[in-house]
Amino acid sequence: MTQSPLEPMACSLVEDAVRRGATAAEVIAWEGDEFSVGVRMGRIERLKEATSKSLGLRVFVGTSSASAFTSDFTPASLDKLVSRASEMARVTSADPLAGLAEPDALGQYQGELALYSEDVSEVSTAQRIEMAARAEAAAFQVDPRIVNSEGASLESGVTVKVYVNSYGFSGAYRSSYCAVSATPVAEAAGASGKRLERDYWYSVARSVAALESPESIGRKAAERALRRLGARKVATRRVPVVFDPETAASLLGNVFEALRGDAIYRRASFLAGCLGQKIAAETVTITDDGVRPGGLGSRPFDDEGVCSGVTPVVVQGVLQNYLLNSYTARKLGLRTTGNAVRGPAGPPSVGPKNFYLHGGPHSPEEIIRSVKNGLYVTELIGFGVNVVTGDYSRGAAGQWIENGQLTYPVAEVTIAGNLAEMLHGIRMVGSDLEFRGPVAAPTLLLEGLTVGGA
Amino acid sequence: MTSADKFFNQHYGLTESDLSKFLAEALSEGGDYADLYYEHTSSSSVLLDEALVKSATEGTAVGCGVRVISGEQTGYAYSDDLSPAAILKAAKTAARIASGPARISTIGLSTLEPAHNFYPVTSTLTDLDLIPKLELVLRADRAARAYDGRISQVRVTYGDQCRHVLLAGSDGKIITDFQPLVRLSVYAIAEANGRRGTGVSGGGGRVGLEYFDGEHSPESFAREAARQAVVQLDAQEAPAGEMEVVLGPGWPGILLHEAVGHGLEADFNRKGISAFSGRLGERVASKLCTVVDDGTLPGRRGSLNMDDEGEPTQKTVLIENGVLRGYLQDRLNANLMSATRTGNGRRESYQHIPMPRMTNTYMLAGQDDPEEIIHSVRRGLYAVHFGGGQVDITSGKFVFSASEAYLIEDGNVTAPVRGATLIGDGPTVLKHVTAVGHDLQLDPGIGTCGKDGQSVPVGVGIPTVKISRLTVGGTAPRNLQSFT
Repeated sequence: MTQSPLEPMACSLVEDAVRRGATAAEVIAWEGDEFSVGVRMGRIERLKEATSKSLGLRVFVGTSSASAFTSDFTPASLDKLVSRASEMARVTSADPLAGLAEPDALGQYQGELALYSEDVSEVSTAQRIEMAARAEAAAFQVDPRIVNSEGASLESGVTVKVYVNSYGFSGAYRSSYCAVSATPVAEAAGASGKRLERDYWYSVARSVAALESPESIGRKAAERALRRLGARKVATRRVPVVFDPETAASLLGNVFEALRGDAIYRRASFLAGCLGQKIAAETVTITDDGVRPGGLGSRPFDDEGVCSGVTPVVVQGVLQNYLLNSYTARKLGLRTTGNAVRGPAGPPSVGPKNFYLHGGPHSPEEIIRSVKNGLYVTELIGFGVNVVTGDYSRGAAGQWIENGQLTYPVAEVTIAGNLAEMLHGIRMVGSDLEFRGPVAAPTLLLEGLTVGGA
Repeated sequence: MTSADKFFNQHYGLTESDLSKFLAEALSEGGDYADLYYEHTSSSSVLLDEALVKSATEGTAVGCGVRVISGEQTGYAYSDDLSPAAILKAAKTAARIASGPARISTIGLSTLEPAHNFYPVTSTLTDLDLIPKLELVLRADRAARAYDGRISQVRVTYGDQCRHVLLAGSDGKIITDFQPLVRLSVYAIAEANGRRGTGVSGGGGRVGLEYFDGEHSPESFAREAARQAVVQLDAQEAPAGEMEVVLGPGWPGILLHEAVGHGLEADFNRKGISAFSGRLGERVASKLCTVVDDGTLPGRRGSLNMDDEGEPTQKTVLIENGVLRGYLQDRLNANLMSATRTGNGRRESYQHIPMPRMTNTYMLAGQDDPEEIIHSVRRGLYAVHFGGGQVDITSGKFVFSASEAYLIEDGNVTAPVRGATLIGDGPTVLKHVTAVGHDLQLDPGIGTCGKDGQSVPVGVGIPTVKISRLTVGGTAPRNLQSFT
């Protein structure tokens, strides 16, 4: 159990709101430390350190609600917070399904989640700077064509989160993270002068000890930048596309957006009305796991106090569950899956815990070998995904596959399709699942995409 | 004393001697320059969904960021507690970037007010009652639903903020500003025969609620969002591959933001990692193109009286008749590059280190008739509305995603097509601009730019332009055969 002075403060705010006429109330609060150092060309470029706090109150008057937030915890400011939220809740609309999460869903996961590690606070500033510098130096050592750098960084933080509501739930937990990244720049002579390419690599974890070594991060970043040199466009055509784990996770993030309860009840998703149906190839199984030890999306309870657990989302291609908070669950006549997330402002939204696509039987090499002509995608840019229609069109960069071999780098192309068809078109699933963020996927081979180029 | 100066004095007891003391602490280990950025932001927002005002929120964020610059290095710390002890501690933390003898801060501080007022506001947004704000979202909802029976969902968001800022620098200047910002956005979904279409519209700026009277009415934004959604119901597959593209006026100016704007931010150029590095004076666009960044347009979302380092904003020519002329500078990069500051040092909040950012970026009007530009295209794409965009600064490759576009066939705009991303190369795309219309428009005021984890409000604008060659990321390569 985490102790925080924010917890009694949150409790008294909830009590105060109820005393002043709220029929229900909740408070979410954070306090935390953040640290970051950026190193470029072997020298510190920026050093940042701070502590901050924030608190949000939501009150219900019957089925109307309003919220207020502040970073000013003085008594006068908190008094105004309660009075303004209460006043505003009298003029918003009555929404019959608005409210806190059901009392029987509230609770805290009791197992060990390993969300906090002492080493994140213990490592000295000098060591942090050195880790970032080592990552950058390692990138420069890979190849003389690494001529410049956007820098390397170490970022870390410790946060205590508190949630209290008028059903008597009160909980707090502490979490930490640490991330190291490097972004080297490679240069090569091209037909029209010098061409620059940059790429990055990173590692992020709940503890410093769980990070990839700075040298390994720097080397991978350099290799990724080097392999982009000499990139060219390819002709427009429909070919198989292999997503590496980073871009596959991005694609899976689009699927998450389409499975959010708010998109479903508003019919603002191509997956609305698909519960129980086959929405993807049989090779696809997706789970949302809130209790994976050390997971970057793990938590003992969600931002409505709902106990964390594991939600099967897609099993062998069949949609088993949407991702819900209590409001969207009531709208759909379902039970919350504990996916409430919120900032200090406004009502809870829906966010992933550890949302991942299960690894399959194929090594990434085997997947690439199976492609006669196709694109291996290592970067996606832009926002061309519409989860209402499923239309998918993004900028891409990667390597061209010919006869099962990576041949030359490709850039300035698009890949386009429709998510509904793309999910059915997942032909092979890689064995290389790694949790590098709250959303994770292994290498995937998809059919039915159009590569747009020359 | 100015109003914002009074503001922090009245509410937090801040005095000039406090500021001097904090700056002295910030420079106690040496360094070239230090500043304090005090911010008090009050905000309110309203969300309508399913014809119900489901939430209303008010909030306050207050804090101070302390920065110390030493050569290329920046030390930064912030506090959301404005007590002298907390700011002194932040100053001591930021000071650690430097390692030298204490630098004597200036003898006295003098308070300045911004030279201009680009915010035509007659009422203070956050002091207003909630009721008029609720009316805006309810009116938008009714108008969107009334537009067409096939509109199935409408979501409307309203948000405003009022930011008091005080910047005190070790160069002896205290400067303050009071920055309002308001935005109304309407999202509509149309549904018919198992097909769906989406539309987004909205507007706002550094204006008061009176902005929504008249031509910027909630109804006008609602009808526009609904119109886009209904058009999409009949959209066919978008073409794929290189083709002629005509961009409509206004929001398609996001092309400039991605293709050239970011690449001309001074930080990337000083470090030599932009595709535009070292290319000042070179031709990077056709002679028809003149592109500026202008933070001085009254009431615009990207405008500011001063940037977040206290420097007055200005109109900066980036590309003049096709030739690269200038970069967007902040204090640190201008000093290191021996260049002049351009008033583009911006930050999301007191929690963030300033960096070069755009304000309102647009292309000046040309001579061509927009209709004739379309008629001059035999086969191509006419794109009029866009979602977001993104750029790889180093390689120069950029994307922007069309949300409303049509085929051009034999000089006429024909069928609507589904959303598609357009991809190009920043330093060369504008070389392929072969016509520029006389119809410059700025976007309606809902743009936000993200860089290095910091979001700031920006504007874009462009007249109708023709680009002779750009890759369109549709799904239909077979359509392309009829395109060649």
